[in-house]
Amino acid sequence: MTAQTRTSLVVTFASTHDAMRAEAVLVERNVPGRLIPTPTVVTAECGLAWKSPLSARDALVAALEALAHEEILELEV
Amino acid sequence: MRAFAQSGSYGRGAGDEDLDAGRIVFRTREKLSRLLGFSHPERVCFASGATQALNTAIMGMPRRYGRAIATDWDHNSTLRPLARLADEQGVRVEYVPADSDGALDYGALSALLDEPCDFVTCTHASNVTGMVCDAGRVVAMAHAHGVPVILDAAQTAGSLPLSMEELGTDVLCITGHKALMGPTGTGAILVAPGLELAPLVEGGSGMASAERRQPAAWPEHLEAGTLNIQGIAGLEAAVDWLAEQGIESIAAHEEALVGRFRAGIEGVSGLKAYGRFDLPHSGIVSVNLRDVDSAVLADELAERFGIATRAGLHCAPRMHAALGTLEQGCVRFSFGWFTSENDIDAAVAALAEIAGGL
Repeated sequence: MTAQTRTSLVVTFASTHDAMRAEAVLVERNVPGRLIPTPTVVTAECGLAWKSPLSARDALVAALEALAHEEILELEV
Repeated sequence: MRAFAQSGSYGRGAGDEDLDAGRIVFRTREKLSRLLGFSHPERVCFASGATQALNTAIMGMPRRYGRAIATDWDHNSTLRPLARLADEQGVRVEYVPADSDGALDYGALSALLDEPCDFVTCTHASNVTGMVCDAGRVVAMAHAHGVPVILDAAQTAGSLPLSMEELGTDVLCITGHKALMGPTGTGAILVAPGLELAPLVEGGSGMASAERRQPAAWPEHLEAGTLNIQGIAGLEAAVDWLAEQGIESIAAHEEALVGRFRAGIEGVSGLKAYGRFDLPHSGIVSVNLRDVDSAVLADELAERFGIATRAGLHCAPRMHAALGTLEQGCVRFSFGWFTSENDIDAAVAALAEIAGGL
């Protein structure tokens, strides 16, 4: 099976709590995206990551300023 | 009910059910933090109850001096892990005494703190007398010597207004099934920033799976294994209700009931209530009727009057030793939000009837 992938923004976290807090804030701010299993190519502590389309970069970066997170990556996922 | 039917596991998969579980846990951490005056929800770690929380705190505290201070008020959830530390690791444990009225000797604490120790552990409210200690004073005394404090709030969380940060305690241990009105099997340990505890249990964390040991990130550091999602969902509902009701209202209600009960039993011949009522008090009153076995009195109350109490030593042997009730035990009445004045009057009438018949 070949998975359908596209270049997306992937935000990684240090803990599940940080991921859940990010989801709560990002959903409230209508930043498009969702939590996904952290891609195995990423070296991240937490098994959950946030995935957004590239078009949401500005809104995502702005919202993440006040949120604990590790990295914002561009990945084929 | 939705949690029972649909929720998965916290911090594991990214399917809808697992994410739902994650949201329940996240919300409950945040709400407990607010309720307990703590601004670091990521350091609210769920446990099966105050026993697990206290074991985690006591066994996980950094140890440099091999000495700990506890109190006569403490429950076996504190006394037994301390005894284990003493037996297995040679930790010297000393106790702040209570007098025969149950009052803690703060002067003795001051003297005990003159010698270096690793931590002080203290029960916020005695589960025997209902008396509430001056936790802010204990913390200030311990911190003046650079000693961290573990506060057992099993009896007070949900029953009295409580702010972890105002008290300044380093660790707060709570249970969900008492005044927080949540399900059994729920509780938490709240750990102030800057204090690192060694985890009591290590295992699955849903993160950093390649690491040999439990991850350092909070709250997973103290949450190895599968969380009790259904229990935590119940605790969330309870905390919502408490926040709506207001802890101050609950405390005032319980205080009024304690006053009514005490006034009622003053006229019952041979009945003795334990503890001091001129000091801060929670919704507990323990009594004995002359030299009647506390188990017999509790059974009479249950069998003849349908009144639920608890007899015996209440897992607090040092407190009973101080009160002089190690042999007889005593009968504990616990009053809460759903206890009415009529319930109090019925309890007083039952005690009077039993006393009159003996």
